[in-house]
Amino acid sequence: MKQTSLIISFILLCLTLQAQQNDTTHTLQTITIFSARPGAITPVQTLSGKALEKMNSLSVADAARFFSGVQLKDYGGVGGLKTLNVHSMGTNQLGVFYDGIQLSNAQNGTVDLGRFSLDNIEQIDLYNVQKGIIFQPAKGFASAASIYLQSKKPVFQGAETLHGKASFKTGSFGLINPAVRIEQKLSSNISAVVSTEWTHADGQYKFRYRYNDYDTTAVRKNGDIDAWRVEAGIYGHGKDSSNWHVQGYYYNSDRGLPGPIVKGHFENGQRQWDRNAFLQGGYNKSFGKYSMQLNGKYMLDYVRYLDTSIVTTTGPLLNRFRQHEYYVSSANQYRIKDWWDVALSADFQVNQMTAVNLDHFSIPTRVTTLVAGATQLHFNRIDLQGSLLASIINESTKRYTSGGNRRAYTPTVIASWQPTASPAFRVRAFYKEIFRMPSFNDLYYTTTGNPTLKPEYSRQYDIGGSYTKTAAGWWQYFAIQADLYYSKVTDKIVAVPGKLFRWQMQNIGLVNIYGVDAGVQTSPRFFKEIGTNFSLKYTYQQATDNNHQQIVYVPLHSGSFTTNLSWKAWDLNYSFVYVGARYYGSANIPEYYIEPWYTHDLSLSWHIARLKLTGEINNVFNQYYDVIYNYPMPGRYYRITASIKF
Amino acid sequence: MRKWIFVLLVLSACRKSGTDSSSSEATHVTDDTNQSSFYLLNEGNMGLNQTSLDEFTGPKGDYHLNIYGEINPTIVKELGDVGNDLKIYGNKLYAVINGSDRVEVMDKHTAKHLGEISVRSCRYISFYNGKAYVTSFAAASGSTDGSGFVAEADTSTFQVTRTVTVGRQPEEMAVAGSKMYVANSGGYTSSNYDRTLSVIDLNSFTVSKAIDVAVNLHHVKTDGYGNLYVTSRGDYSNIPSKLFIVSTATDAVTDSLDLGVSNLAIQGDSAYIISVQWSNTTGANIVSYGIVNVKTKSIVSNGFIQHQAITTPYGIAVDPVTRDILVTDVKDYLLPGTLYCFDKTGTKKWSVTTGNIPSVITFIQ
Repeated sequence: MKQTSLIISFILLCLTLQAQQNDTTHTLQTITIFSARPGAITPVQTLSGKALEKMNSLSVADAARFFSGVQLKDYGGVGGLKTLNVHSMGTNQLGVFYDGIQLSNAQNGTVDLGRFSLDNIEQIDLYNVQKGIIFQPAKGFASAASIYLQSKKPVFQGAETLHGKASFKTGSFGLINPAVRIEQKLSSNISAVVSTEWTHADGQYKFRYRYNDYDTTAVRKNGDIDAWRVEAGIYGHGKDSSNWHVQGYYYNSDRGLPGPIVKGHFENGQRQWDRNAFLQGGYNKSFGKYSMQLNGKYMLDYVRYLDTSIVTTTGPLLNRFRQHEYYVSSANQYRIKDWWDVALSADFQVNQMTAVNLDHFSIPTRVTTLVAGATQLHFNRIDLQGSLLASIINESTKRYTSGGNRRAYTPTVIASWQPTASPAFRVRAFYKEIFRMPSFNDLYYTTTGNPTLKPEYSRQYDIGGSYTKTAAGWWQYFAIQADLYYSKVTDKIVAVPGKLFRWQMQNIGLVNIYGVDAGVQTSPRFFKEIGTNFSLKYTYQQATDNNHQQIVYVPLHSGSFTTNLSWKAWDLNYSFVYVGARYYGSANIPEYYIEPWYTHDLSLSWHIARLKLTGEINNVFNQYYDVIYNYPMPGRYYRITASIKF
Repeated sequence: MRKWIFVLLVLSACRKSGTDSSSSEATHVTDDTNQSSFYLLNEGNMGLNQTSLDEFTGPKGDYHLNIYGEINPTIVKELGDVGNDLKIYGNKLYAVINGSDRVEVMDKHTAKHLGEISVRSCRYISFYNGKAYVTSFAAASGSTDGSGFVAEADTSTFQVTRTVTVGRQPEEMAVAGSKMYVANSGGYTSSNYDRTLSVIDLNSFTVSKAIDVAVNLHHVKTDGYGNLYVTSRGDYSNIPSKLFIVSTATDAVTDSLDLGVSNLAIQGDSAYIISVQWSNTTGANIVSYGIVNVKTKSIVSNGFIQHQAITTPYGIAVDPVTRDILVTDVKDYLLPGTLYCFDKTGTKKWSVTTGNIPSVITFIQ
């Protein structure tokens, strides 16, 4: 019986193929949690709001584990630093964008993705090269890979003018996490949203080390966190189809830094306080064939770091860092023909940093000017895009030696075509050159900084394909993507450690990366009332340095598998993440070998009227593992969430 | 569906791979059976708990890598993090483990664990009259500027009996007569390094004097003429590294030599010196060697190694019997290092791969 219905469904699929391609996202959302994106010109992976809700993830970093081609560096616990590295190119090569504007940190060049809770995130998109559009700020062309975080925008149905959501999470590690979000329609054209959240955890969890003839368990200490976030935004649109928005964001945290587990030091006395605020806004308008986009941002960042084990002449080591960032951008697009667009974008940014109690700090100011010219050709079956980015960086310091000015012109070529009559199948390829400036820490940090550092350069080559099909019948959605890539990073900035006080940043690295990213997502409906979704991802990555050794923390094989079932008011989710064997040292010898790790996570949620309850069990089989050597991760842990919509 | 669950259960069960126990390897490095046996301590990188102990058995000419874990399989986290010094006194072997806040005490012949001396941020060890003395980077209780201390410990009970406050972040020390000379670096405050050599009267265990020498002091070695050779690391920018000679009779600096010194070993009348100095102009290390005659206090040679390039020389020791010179190469500090053995004319005898950052050698006599 099942076989016959299978054959019939298959035939129906083939017949209804053409018609189904025009499904809108709205219809898609009722049949799959995955985003269809049949015409994606560059490799992209998306986690939509619906998918994010079902995942056992607290922060963007947790959710990012399920992307292929990424390595997540997780130092453990709720407050631990979590950074993402795409295709082994280095964390600093990844651009993180919040509502279209880059979140940058000129100080260390990385963004701690553990800070962005999913509570206010609508969608996460990971682009392997850049967004496949030419109408974007010049910054959009300036990273080797980018991750776009979109916050939830106010959406009103019918006549309602006020609604919101309140939620409360608790569980292991002493987690207390209430959050409130209110959206209000101020007028027919303007709406506003305010969201706030508090995260508190004691960060304590048991961990275990087994080796030789000993088996020891202890509790992770000094990993507590107290963090508060407030966001507000106003969104408006004009009758002339223009739209604008202004957003404010404030984050304040106090956390302990647990440090590595070494003999005699299962606890550490390091603490960090962060205060980060930004104000950003944009304005979009079209005048017939011409479209423009203006964006601006001001950011303030303050970090205080304490180390009680290093006692200087003025007491325990206490460093204070302050950063200011000013950013404006103008993006313009002109439609020359129906099939031919050109775009010109210019971004201007100023970064300043001061540090208190940091010996020999140069107090730098970096002025970055980015100009991107791009063109796009869109034919029946082929899409071509070319862009050239000019980067002009002027650096000056109040003291000592400055890093020097840099100028670079980097091109990108993207092609996407539909080889057969079916629009479901597309092949794409790209070539991109880009560089990344050394961060302020790389250049100026006390005795380790090296002002003669050159930027890192990278070249990426990629070819891949995707097949996306939505259909009536039981097999509603099926998508498969695969990409083969080669990247080369030269002048990679690496810290060369020496004795106690003597590390040095140097351009000594060269990395050759060969990889394959593949993914399958499908949403078959075996039974009418049960919605099912499956996602399987796999990455193969060979990233070697100049000695042909696999570089640190990059596994050869990794992957993830997620499945969820929805039945009436119930939702069941299972996720599995696998990260293969890696080395923690730059020689691939047994001494530096770290075992593969994997976790199984389960969650069950139930909703009635406006209330939703979710229970999670993470790391179901209580695996003790380290992502970063000597930074143990928690075993089995739990979370309960209750949320009410009003 | 059931098939998936089975596959997953199987996957979660088979997480067995890699090493889950230490194993030492022995390499036969030389047929010369006259060389003295020694232990070598590999520091390991900070935070990686990578300190390891190697052994060279002279009569067999074999080099044993990483012996501690196999000999002491029940000791949690093996030797620990950042081993800094290694010395033998009486029948015991003492390894100072800076990152694990303790001195590991082992049997001199078997390297079996005997006990620990607890000293926070311990750096170097010396001995006098049956007692062990350990310098510490930790702030002495009551100090407001981060001044460190020297701890005195009993070598049979391993208990710390007394401490005396010295300068800031004290490093190596040497004993001459009944006095101990401690080099203070002041490295936690790089804008204001310490410049003094603290003199401790070991009978009263108090600091009798602080001799002003130069910034960022590190090594202190005795010669056979009542002098100390004290090294300054400089301030890594304007002030270069330099070598100073202090008389223990007058407790004052008598000479200085314009020689950058990373490490040195004194045997008889010769002080063998290795120097690795970072140059901001070339953006690379400048490696050089030298021999100072300690009787005449003058530089007599600018090399003692023939035809062997060493990337980053770090540790140095001279065989008291054969006068062979042992030099370690830490390469880029990330890869396992190499130990070179040269005869007294500087010709290479043998070399072997060690652990990470091979640092200190102590001869078993």
